[in-house]
Amino acid sequence: MTDTSRAESHFTASARTLMWRRFRKHRLAVVSLVFLVACYLAALFAPFLAPYPPDKIEKLQTFVPPQMVHIWDGGPAWPFVYELKRTRNAETARVTYEQTDKKIPVQFFVRGAEWSVFGLGTSDLHLFGIEAKKQKLNLLGTDSLGQDVFSRLLYGARVTLSAGLVGVAFAFVLGLTMGAISGYYGGRVDTAIQRLMEFIRSVPTIPLWMGLAAALPIEWDPLFVYVLITLILALISWTSLARVVRGRFLSLKSEDYVLAARLSGASQTRIITRHMLPAMTSYIIAAMTLAVPEMILGETALSFLGLGLRPPVVSWGVLLQDAQNLRSVALAPWLLTPGLAVVLVVLAFNFLGDGLRDAADPYGQ
Amino acid sequence: MLRIILTRCLWAIPTLIVVSFISFVIIQLPPGDYVTAYVAELRRGGEYLTDTQVELMRQDFGLRDPILWQYARWITKILLHGDFGQSFHYNAPVSSLIWDRLGLTLLLSTISLVFTWGIAIPIGVYSATRQYSVVDYVVTIFGFVGKGIPEFLLALILMWVGFSWLNMDVGGLMSPEFDTAPWSIAKALNVLEHVWIPIVVLATSGAAGLIRVMRANMLDELGKPYVETAYAQGFSERQVVWNYPVRVALNPFISTVGWALPALFSGDVITAVVLNLPTTGPLLLQALKMQDMYLAGGFILILSTFTVVGTLLSDILLAWSDPRVRLG
Repeated sequence: MTDTSRAESHFTASARTLMWRRFRKHRLAVVSLVFLVACYLAALFAPFLAPYPPDKIEKLQTFVPPQMVHIWDGGPAWPFVYELKRTRNAETARVTYEQTDKKIPVQFFVRGAEWSVFGLGTSDLHLFGIEAKKQKLNLLGTDSLGQDVFSRLLYGARVTLSAGLVGVAFAFVLGLTMGAISGYYGGRVDTAIQRLMEFIRSVPTIPLWMGLAAALPIEWDPLFVYVLITLILALISWTSLARVVRGRFLSLKSEDYVLAARLSGASQTRIITRHMLPAMTSYIIAAMTLAVPEMILGETALSFLGLGLRPPVVSWGVLLQDAQNLRSVALAPWLLTPGLAVVLVVLAFNFLGDGLRDAADPYGQ
Repeated sequence: MLRIILTRCLWAIPTLIVVSFISFVIIQLPPGDYVTAYVAELRRGGEYLTDTQVELMRQDFGLRDPILWQYARWITKILLHGDFGQSFHYNAPVSSLIWDRLGLTLLLSTISLVFTWGIAIPIGVYSATRQYSVVDYVVTIFGFVGKGIPEFLLALILMWVGFSWLNMDVGGLMSPEFDTAPWSIAKALNVLEHVWIPIVVLATSGAAGLIRVMRANMLDELGKPYVETAYAQGFSERQVVWNYPVRVALNPFISTVGWALPALFSGDVITAVVLNLPTTGPLLLQALKMQDMYLAGGFILILSTFTVVGTLLSDILLAWSDPRVRLG
């Protein structure tokens, strides 16, 4: 491409194309996007990807350490794991597992526990598994009840990752409406909404979360509790979104094109929805992306404290409850893997949000 | 200036009233009350109470009265006598329960706050003035990771490392054998051995966010013409940076400094629970779980009051330090 045609393609490109070009330059944000898409897909297809149901208890396989899948056996080999022998330490009476020399091949597309295919029917197909009488394939080990941590991690992703999105959706509706009203109309309405926001911000977050979450009775349907928890998270975090929206509205209100629209007799709804909102979508998307990790951290922290979701619901925060005391962490460090997952997802969302924000900035390089 | 202070103070009063009422309502929200929780606990222990006994207990605690009446009684006692009521669970006055743990909480959070600010501001400034240097990249990565790791996870990992690899006795504030011992050098050393984990945890999470804010603010300011003018007048870099852009970049800090106040009081709840620290945070958690109404309510009330007062202080500080706010 010559210089002129490149310049021409730059000037004639639509705003969206320009944003995409800027976004692509942000290497880390692109990687994060790919990672997050993979995570959400994994959560969606958790029953297929997870070798076992999340609540399958194995009394004889508690605290099994993570098993390595070997693909090298003096040369490239079909993936296999070594058989484990369960012994009990005579001194500490603690169950330990030793590797024997016997190899068990990993099989793909195996039949296992049944799962429902999005309510359309059932299937018993799982991506991988092993066939052995006394052993399971525990990529990330098992917990105190012998439940497969890897499977639970995948199922937990469904709750934790969606809680972030649902919470942001609630916060988005609230924040956008209030922010738009406040910024567009100004005056008394603005003052009133500003006071309300200030008030909500003046209540300390964690105690408020804890207070509200503690108010949810234990015996309620877990699904209902889940929705309420996301609502609680959203109830507090909408203010930051509203602030972004209000700021944008205030600065856009005095733009010439808005004045022009008003002078040509466009209705207020039309001005807001057709002219002003499109000018700030990218900002809103970036702000929303940055709000998701807050929600995820909030859910995790609440569940970890025992105030959020409770077993039998599986979320990353619930899984981390198992790792709450030092003894279990020292005995089975692999119980911390859900924490690692939280960190990775939160980081990815932060990078993605930063990338989007930079891409949305028309004055950015 | 005086007008700003006055209006801000006046605004704080209705906020405080609403906050106090809401803290009370939150505590009332859960179905059942303290007696329900208490009876359930007794049942688990194998004891049994008749309905009449339960009813009597409720009347004793005044739980049968309408909520507005209960609130009025609660708030007048606090305002007139500084009496926050009795904790049902500990059967002790709320104020003394909180007071017992407050000294340590304040100490821990002040140290970590000083660490956070002491680390964050110079590093943020340095990383902005040397943008894209190795240090800047390292700091940026630290900022992202520090913000991404939940505090309780960091605390767990540090405890695990300390326990499994460094063979340290972790968790709590001191080893059990020093619990009742009088203060001595050995005890102080023992406390130091324990206290580094909470301080590292709290300072990391705080500093990570602050460094990013400081760096972004500085980058915005450094490109402005007045900085160039200062350079052109022949000031050294140190003089230019610390005398002009840093002062402007500190504004967002000043406007949130007030929020440190409630944080100082509650410490970090989650970290304290994980590390088993005798601070106020775990007490609050316990109170909420047990529906220990007056304790939890008193807590949330104090915290919210601190936040409101803190915001007030911030606003006044901001108006004092920035003429644009004062006159605008």
